[in-house]
Amino acid sequence: MTNTPDQTPGPERSPSITDPVANRGLDAGTFTELREPRREARLALADGTWHQISPKYVWVQLISSGIAVVVVVVALLFLTLFLQQTWAWIPGGVLLVILLWMIAIVPRQARAYGYQLREDDLVFRRGILWQRFVAVPYGRMQLVDITHGPLDRGFGIAQLKLVTAAASTGVVIPGLPQDTAEDLRDVLIEVAETRRTGL
Amino acid sequence: MSVLPDGAHSDGARPDGAHPDGAHSDIAPPRASVHSPLSDGEWHRLHPLTPLFRGGFFLVVIAGIVIANLRDRLIGTFLPFFVPDAAPTEDWSYGDPLDWIFENDLIPLAGIIVLGIVALLIAGFYLSWRWHTFRITEDQVEVRSGILFRTQRRAPLDRVQGVNLTRPLFARLVGMGKLEVVGAGLDANVKLEYLSTADAEEVRADILRLASGARLARTEPSTGAVGSRAHAVTSAVSNGITGLINGAEEPAGEPESVVHIPVGRLIASHVLSGGTVGLLLLIIGVVIASAFGATWALFTLIPAIIGFGAYWFSQIVKALRYSIAPTPDGVRITFGLFTTVTETLPPGRVHAVEISQSILWRPAGWWMIRINRLTGRSATDTTTDQFTTVLPVGTRDDVERVLRLLLPGTPDEEWPLIFEHGILGPGKEDPYTNTPGRARIIRPFSWRRNGFLLAPHAMLLRRGVIWRKLGIFPFARLQSFALHQGPVDRMLRVATGRVQTVSGPVWGTLAAIDRDAALGLFEDVARSAVAAASVDRSHRWREEQWGEQR
Repeated sequence: MTNTPDQTPGPERSPSITDPVANRGLDAGTFTELREPRREARLALADGTWHQISPKYVWVQLISSGIAVVVVVVALLFLTLFLQQTWAWIPGGVLLVILLWMIAIVPRQARAYGYQLREDDLVFRRGILWQRFVAVPYGRMQLVDITHGPLDRGFGIAQLKLVTAAASTGVVIPGLPQDTAEDLRDVLIEVAETRRTGL
Repeated sequence: MSVLPDGAHSDGARPDGAHPDGAHSDIAPPRASVHSPLSDGEWHRLHPLTPLFRGGFFLVVIAGIVIANLRDRLIGTFLPFFVPDAAPTEDWSYGDPLDWIFENDLIPLAGIIVLGIVALLIAGFYLSWRWHTFRITEDQVEVRSGILFRTQRRAPLDRVQGVNLTRPLFARLVGMGKLEVVGAGLDANVKLEYLSTADAEEVRADILRLASGARLARTEPSTGAVGSRAHAVTSAVSNGITGLINGAEEPAGEPESVVHIPVGRLIASHVLSGGTVGLLLLIIGVVIASAFGATWALFTLIPAIIGFGAYWFSQIVKALRYSIAPTPDGVRITFGLFTTVTETLPPGRVHAVEISQSILWRPAGWWMIRINRLTGRSATDTTTDQFTTVLPVGTRDDVERVLRLLLPGTPDEEWPLIFEHGILGPGKEDPYTNTPGRARIIRPFSWRRNGFLLAPHAMLLRRGVIWRKLGIFPFARLQSFALHQGPVDRMLRVATGRVQTVSGPVWGTLAAIDRDAALGLFEDVARSAVAAASVDRSHRWREEQWGEQR
């Protein structure tokens, strides 16, 4: 925490989230260049700096997809060699193609994740072919979740999820360095608390 | 987790600063602001007839099954001259447990067992009534229940999303009803079942008054003495019967409904629905099929028609006796012929409004209004429909009146944007930003109408030609705003905007907006939402009045 709010909280005296000190460390060990669609008609915000996620996220995704590929291949080999169920290659092949496609695009996808901490809201972006931008006012956050699976822990990354009263908000930032995730959560909760209104 | 700094509670929930750390108080509400003796901060029990309605019908059903099964036997025992066959003993000589009991002289034992079960059930019902208590304190409503497994539920009053009073037919006969305090969340309601209607009305008013942030009573507290229990029961029954005959049980002094739906219009509106078109198509198909020899197809019609009839009947019955009226504590909506539901929707609990009209309704000029709100029901609850349809069918004037109730803070200059341009548009000098012509392939029919407008207090989304829709999303209730753009969108230089509110029947998706307009919208909506949320105090809607009065 970088600053302590005064005794009379309110929107005008809340801790400023755009404070460079508050954002210190959000960019440590992350990608440095955002991957965007090439077409000029893409969605893009005029200003603001995008914070990005850690390259380790790519490795976590590659490993988990790789494990899935191995499992599918082993299952297929078992079915065809020992049980002579050659039809299994039809669904199995589809599954394999999808998995390999996911593996192929993960490095690009990971570079397209980004978030901005603006004065009053958080903006989240993801996707290249299908771009998605979401703006969530800080006061609307009901809770902030951090989850990390065993692979995530091994690589020291975590996933941060913002929950609002709308189920469709769906802001999930994967692959944040663990320290960053915890810092970000603390900052977000503090700011959300000072700006909370009715639902 | 960071320790929250002192004074971080800025929600303004308590102007008196009595409990700054959110520590819930057991303090009784100020005498001046509650009217009912039930809401004085002490624990109270529910109405003494509650067990009858909660479990009594179960017993009646069991008794009914037993009697139905023993019908022949009872007739044979008590009314032997009705039995055509004069030799009944032979028929029951084997397989009947009663005969087995009679033959083995187990009558006393069987009697004791039956009596024991009945006594146990009665004791269970009595205890569950006795241990089911509630209280209303200054800032929360709390219910304790259960015999073996005690449950206790508290709901903070400043998060109350509404109060519903449901009166099923049988309970209404004796003048009782279920009170449901709607919380913000899934399955978050606090239920007070059952209270006498008069008590329920007063408790409801008290809860809303406490939730409103007002600390002053509008009127003098009622000084009605609590009579004896027997007197309470008899008066409840007689009042209930009177109310049933008179039809309306509106308490005196409530304002009148601003909308009246004739029964004919209600029925016609259900007949003119998409389902009917489907049914007609099915009939045509079946007739053609049977003309070509497949006569068996005719039989599929019977279940379809029966199902349809039942569906229409239940829908129409639910919407009968509809009324909507303003009260100081929010909009009061009543509907239902057999089961009457009266809900009070406090200000600032409407997250989105949609005015819609199918092409079938267009010649008649009818509209429907639905809202997004927190119903506090679980996600699987199918009855939430009733609580989100605010106007089942109405003319344009009705729509106007209901909207003025639902969106009370709307400035006057905004209404034409909603009525002339939004609901009917596009007309001349259309203020809406519509889909550009190059993207008409995405909305081939409605691209001229498909558009948005940023009004000062809300975002308006105008969509559809066959299903005309106008969505109104107040900035103060907006949760988040998203833009999507897929490859086709990018080729056409457009994007899709999504307004995200609490879940409900109203969807805030507007496809095919010009890309630059969409980016501008993204900034504007984000700014307006934050600004509106920071000044919005409608969750404590009477606080300001109280401040002024002080």
